Amino acid sequence: MGLETGDVVELELGGRKVEAPVWVLPGQAQGSVAVTLGYGRTRGGKIGVGVGFDAYRLRTSTAFWHAGGLKVTKTAKHRPFAVTQGHNRMEGRDLLRTQRYGDKAHEHEGPPHLSLYPPIEYPKHAWAMAIDLATCIGCNACVVACHAENNVPVVGREQVLAGREMQWLRVDAYLEGPDDNPQTSFQPVPCQQCENAPCETVCPVTATVHSDEGLNDMVYNRCVGTKYCSNNCPYKVRRYNFFGYSVDDVFGLDMKAASVRLMHNPDVTVRSYGVMEKCTYCVQRINYGRLQAKKEDRRVRDGEVQTACQTACPTRAITFGDKNDARSEVSARRGEPRNYALLAELNTNPRTTYLASLRNPNPEIAG
Amino acid sequence: MAEPPSTPPSTPEAPSEPGSTAPPSEPGGPGSAVPPPEASDAGSMGPPSLRAPVIEPGHTMGTVTDSIAAIVLTKKPNKIWLIGFAVSFALLMVFLWSIGNLLVRGIGLWGVNQPVGWGFDIVNFVWWIGIGHAGTLISAVLLLLRQDWRTSINRFAEAMTLFAVACAGMYPIFHLGRPWLMYWLFPYPNTMQMWPNFRSPLLFDVFAISTYFTVSALFWFVGLVPDMATLRDRATTKAARLIYGALSLGWRGSARHWHHYETAYLLLAGLSAPLVVSVHTIVSFDFAVAVVPGWHATVFPPYFVAGAIYAGFAMVITLAVPLRAVFKLHDFITQRHMDNMGKVMLATGLIVAYGYGIEIFNAWYSGSVYEWAVLMNRMTGPYAWSFWGLMICNVIAPQFLWSRRIRANMPALMTIAMFVNVGMWLERFVIVVTSLHRDYLPSSWGMYTPSIWDISTFIGTVGLFFTLLFLFIRFLPAISIFEVRTLLPQSKPEEDDDDDDEPAPAPARQGAP
Repeated sequence: MGLETGDVVELELGGRKVEAPVWVLPGQAQGSVAVTLGYGRTRGGKIGVGVGFDAYRLRTSTAFWHAGGLKVTKTAKHRPFAVTQGHNRMEGRDLLRTQRYGDKAHEHEGPPHLSLYPPIEYPKHAWAMAIDLATCIGCNACVVACHAENNVPVVGREQVLAGREMQWLRVDAYLEGPDDNPQTSFQPVPCQQCENAPCETVCPVTATVHSDEGLNDMVYNRCVGTKYCSNNCPYKVRRYNFFGYSVDDVFGLDMKAASVRLMHNPDVTVRSYGVMEKCTYCVQRINYGRLQAKKEDRRVRDGEVQTACQTACPTRAITFGDKNDARSEVSARRGEPRNYALLAELNTNPRTTYLASLRNPNPEIAG
Repeated sequence: MAEPPSTPPSTPEAPSEPGSTAPPSEPGGPGSAVPPPEASDAGSMGPPSLRAPVIEPGHTMGTVTDSIAAIVLTKKPNKIWLIGFAVSFALLMVFLWSIGNLLVRGIGLWGVNQPVGWGFDIVNFVWWIGIGHAGTLISAVLLLLRQDWRTSINRFAEAMTLFAVACAGMYPIFHLGRPWLMYWLFPYPNTMQMWPNFRSPLLFDVFAISTYFTVSALFWFVGLVPDMATLRDRATTKAARLIYGALSLGWRGSARHWHHYETAYLLLAGLSAPLVVSVHTIVSFDFAVAVVPGWHATVFPPYFVAGAIYAGFAMVITLAVPLRAVFKLHDFITQRHMDNMGKVMLATGLIVAYGYGIEIFNAWYSGSVYEWAVLMNRMTGPYAWSFWGLMICNVIAPQFLWSRRIRANMPALMTIAMFVNVGMWLERFVIVVTSLHRDYLPSSWGMYTPSIWDISTFIGTVGLFFTLLFLFIRFLPAISIFEVRTLLPQSKPEEDDDDDDEPAPAPARQGAP
């Protein structure tokens, strides 16, 4: 029909009409249209009203889930989607690895990277995260948990359209294979906590520094906001307060009202205008765990410190722990042959690693 | 030393550098009067222009002083000047409005986002800094190389440098999220016991640009002192006498003064010469040190420096052509100047073109899928217009400068210079935006669209630049009076019988009311 993503069409089913924008989705069966229920609310509070369109008007008790005879008419209108990922192809890059059953482990790793500097020792803890792409279902629960835990502001449609989404942790979705039947995989990307962090060297005011436990710390009140760290981050996981998101009244809410401010996690700094922010591996939880352990005069137990994303993950794709502890779960996962580092060729030496996705397709089912 | 200083260069350096003292004044004197080494010196800028005059014949010390000083002191403001100043001043107000809004409402007004953290701000910063390069090159390097033709354009090229650096300096401050904390970038003793991060190229920038601005300002001011005295002596109003008097720092033109002046000027020239290379090298580090594909390239420092000189000369031509037309300065800014500037532009343009070639070659030779993708995206992606525009403006347009006829044709030269001005802007746009908007992870790819505030801030800095420039043309001698006098045939030391009884500031006294 010559439709492009963002074109507004009129859907007509049995005389009932709804106007909706189009999202051209690879893999959608030819000649079919999928509509999403649950939007277009007229009473949803300041945030819920007027978002999307109400598809219930097409739905009748005779055809709950699918119906034929839909008429689609293109209108002249255009409505851009506020999405956080505009490109879903990997462009031949080795980013999200997939292994098939029976495959040998990938041999992607090149020769070891050399450095002029002596290796840095982390005698205490060395926090690390392993994310199993085989079990990630792309549900975004981790993203929501991160928002709630770390006082990450919600910036709204306008800012997302401008490319300023605020997510310390995002779930990248990649499509592989032909457009009419692609394979979709997900890759949650928090800060990779690089041991050789490109962001740290370029900050002129030393606002982002390395902790002795290997965390890539962000010192909000030292940041002057050059954005250089974000430019130099190969994973683009840094997020910037282009406006005073935590205090501006974006949705007509009084962000300074006591009741609204109560939503903040008291253990996490609320960032001000003009500073960069990023995933901390939930450093407040690490600190709490370390403190508890100290009070009881013991080491932090494996699994004692859990990040917000980890606790929210329904499939336990995320593992967090101390890689100095050889018996920790994260060490075990990092030792798996599926384990790999994203963009390892840059020698960033990230603490976040991935376990390659696994596929075991039935050869008797075509595609 | 005791010799009455008829011309500045014939002071103490004279014995140590025999013959080179007077900038070779071929126009008046026949070639026989000029020692051969100098002829080759001057000829290094191109044999055809060897005998072309750097000052039109028929001028005496008095007429030089009169015609340049009159612009400042007596002539009523020219109508073109008034209109130009009014427009520039209006644009300056646009700048203040834009910055005021930025400070009150936030940097989100601009088009920058994730992943394009730098947009118009850094594009314009590098563009302005580049324009600021011709001044230092003309004043310092050409002075040290004894290229006498620099004399009548160095003053306003230096002024242009200062104003361009002032415009450039706005961006690193206002592109900060919290510009009021910009002093944290300086290493100063503080209660936080914090040093800035000396590994960051942005910190190098702080030093490079502040040094550059300081040295350029000093160099410019020191060069102005003898002319300030001329203006003081010729001033018709008390206010002018007081102001120019204060700025002339008590200059009386004694031999000692000339000696100190010459020493200081040469020292400053020596200090500035490395800055021509260092400033843009360091600016290029902002990119070359980063891991971003399209930025991380060792060719950046030399090619940025060449690009800066290229841009600087283009801007000098852009300003010189109207300036000499409006103020009838053809006698001082001659065809030969234009010709030489055209040649410098051509040479640096070719270096820049080589830089582009190396970038393309390395994208292929590196075997890096990311570098190759950046190149392909530049050529065929959504910002391909900027890449091809850049190629037309910066690589194709200057090729016309091979022709002497085009170099001698002012409208054509001016047009090419405008192409280069645009091209150099596009170059920075290509480097900054097209590298950032599609880097390593396709999931983070995005687009950058400048907002109205980006554009108004840029236009505003243009207003700032021209406001300062118009004020400068009106209130300071745009051409160095005493240095142009040294170009006159009668100031040559070989003919010092005629001249020596006339102390240098004498022309100034002649004209004093």
